[in-house]
Amino acid sequence: MSEQKFVFLDHTADAKFRAFGKTLEEAFENSAQALVSLMWDAARLKKVENIAIHINGNDLKQLLLNFLEEILYLLNTREFLLAEAISTRILHDDSGFRLSTVFRGDRFKKDYKVFGEVKAVTYDEMKIEEEDGWMVQVVVDL
Amino acid sequence: MELKKINDFTWEIPREGNMKVSVLIYTSSALLETVKRDRTLTQAKNVACLDGIQRHSYVMPDGHQGYGFPIGGVAAFDMDKGIISPGGVGYDINCGVRLLKTEFTAKDIHGRCEALLNQISKEVPAGVGKGGITRISKNVLREVCLRGAEWAVENGYGEKDDLQKTEEYGKMSGADFTLLSQRAVERGIPQLGTLGAGNHFLEIQKVEKIYEKETAAVFGIHSPEQIMVMIHCGSRGLGHQIASDYIRQMENFFGVENLPDRELIHAPIRSELGRKYFKSMAAAVNFAFANRQMIAHWVRNSFRKVVGTSGGMDQIYDVCHNVAKIEKHNIQGEIKTFCVHRKGATRSFGPGREDIPEVYRNIGQPVIIPGSMGTASYILVGTREAERLSFGSTAHGAGRMMSRHEALKRFRGEKVKRDLESRGIALKFTGWKGVAEEAPGVYKDVNEVVRISHRAGIGRLVARVVPVGVIKG
Repeated sequence: MSEQKFVFLDHTADAKFRAFGKTLEEAFENSAQALVSLMWDAARLKKVENIAIHINGNDLKQLLLNFLEEILYLLNTREFLLAEAISTRILHDDSGFRLSTVFRGDRFKKDYKVFGEVKAVTYDEMKIEEEDGWMVQVVVDL
Repeated sequence: MELKKINDFTWEIPREGNMKVSVLIYTSSALLETVKRDRTLTQAKNVACLDGIQRHSYVMPDGHQGYGFPIGGVAAFDMDKGIISPGGVGYDINCGVRLLKTEFTAKDIHGRCEALLNQISKEVPAGVGKGGITRISKNVLREVCLRGAEWAVENGYGEKDDLQKTEEYGKMSGADFTLLSQRAVERGIPQLGTLGAGNHFLEIQKVEKIYEKETAAVFGIHSPEQIMVMIHCGSRGLGHQIASDYIRQMENFFGVENLPDRELIHAPIRSELGRKYFKSMAAAVNFAFANRQMIAHWVRNSFRKVVGTSGGMDQIYDVCHNVAKIEKHNIQGEIKTFCVHRKGATRSFGPGREDIPEVYRNIGQPVIIPGSMGTASYILVGTREAERLSFGSTAHGAGRMMSRHEALKRFRGEKVKRDLESRGIALKFTGWKGVAEEAPGVYKDVNEVVRISHRAGIGRLVARVVPVGVIKG
């Protein structure tokens, strides 16, 4: 398995990435890293704010989409820039999937650079696979 | 996959499998090769399988791979048996282009272009962290979503004449604000009046060539070197959230098991969810109209501040290129109503339609086709043939042919900027990365795109404009 957290693949118009993890949770966390790498440098952010997040999904793909959309929502409405998602837990029961996580990061400030914009997370070519660890693949609309 | 050449500018993929209609591609042998390389044609075939689709699943000359529907995709559906799909509109609902003309020539603003760009970027917020003008209240947002550009004009942004020269006269009817999710409202409030990033831009341009003098004159374009302003943006986070909200709701209601591609989720037009999506989409359409109306106002202000006057800055037209519309079309002598999806495609109505402003009714609507950053853009005129050939639609831009990832490997932002400057084009932007990603070389040749439109008869060439100053969001 790759040691990389995520990798970008070629896509004509938008951005396509794969994120990896030993667990599904880690792959989700790394997909958040991939997403924000299109917009800002997460390593330069101060981790001064923690936001507890709870997400539901009918299936795993919807859970992943809703999870990543949450980052865009918080960016738009609170100017919150995510540095990392930690302590992620994914549960499965009769009603579907539930995810809890903690978003760490900071509100936008002048010395932070936002160099890109993601319009939306899509299901296009989305994959969630387990094979010697987990891999999730996502295409986002730029 | 079988590809049948119909003529030099039209290819067809005949019906097979579950396809209800064939796929029709307006392209040239050169551009067909770029379309074959990605999933454009497979996506167009998937669209051809949707319930109630009429005549063909169309791909415009700038077609490229999207998600679910291809970009440059046009599909019209029967109102009773057909469907409506958020993916057939796109995430950026009413992404569109507005074109303003001036009576200035390039000489009149020579040496002041950079000052103009600086002033405009000061007045028009572009990216994250800059927010909208003020944080408007939810009540104001409701007015914006119900009344679009009309709200903007009534509140001092621009002139009544602008409304006449906007698709849907700046206000799409049927919008219902109460259907919007709390999240859509929250994302809309801070973003009204912002340009956004990515492929969105604002350009000061000059006319380089006029192909059809009389038509151009009616549009207000009369001589080479005449200065124009082009604004390209959409409904921002509000529209993106509405698209995502309805994709989720339709998935939960209809399930995703039978879809060839999950992004193709849809609802019957007459179903409750179909109706709700249309009414919510209309709210985002209006938000985008208001957005471009406000930006146009700030551009006029900037010209007044820097040059002393706005130079007779009248609107030529404002077109939507991500939208679904209920339209009447004449199909073999019978006038019927359809739900026409244009995803990365521009309406191209010819003369006589009531949907287009009186001033243009004898000649056809202006069609605005932006090129990529630093390349030419075109003004076309809609045709009667387009109504027969493509449900009154043509291309919407150059169409990407290289991924952003590849662009970053091949181009350096600094060099792109230097190249533009050496051609007399000033550039204002927020990041080098964005500049490299939008480098002219990553797009199809817009000249070829509009040549196909012209020769296929779905939109005739009127004028070519080239940039003198670019603000990249």
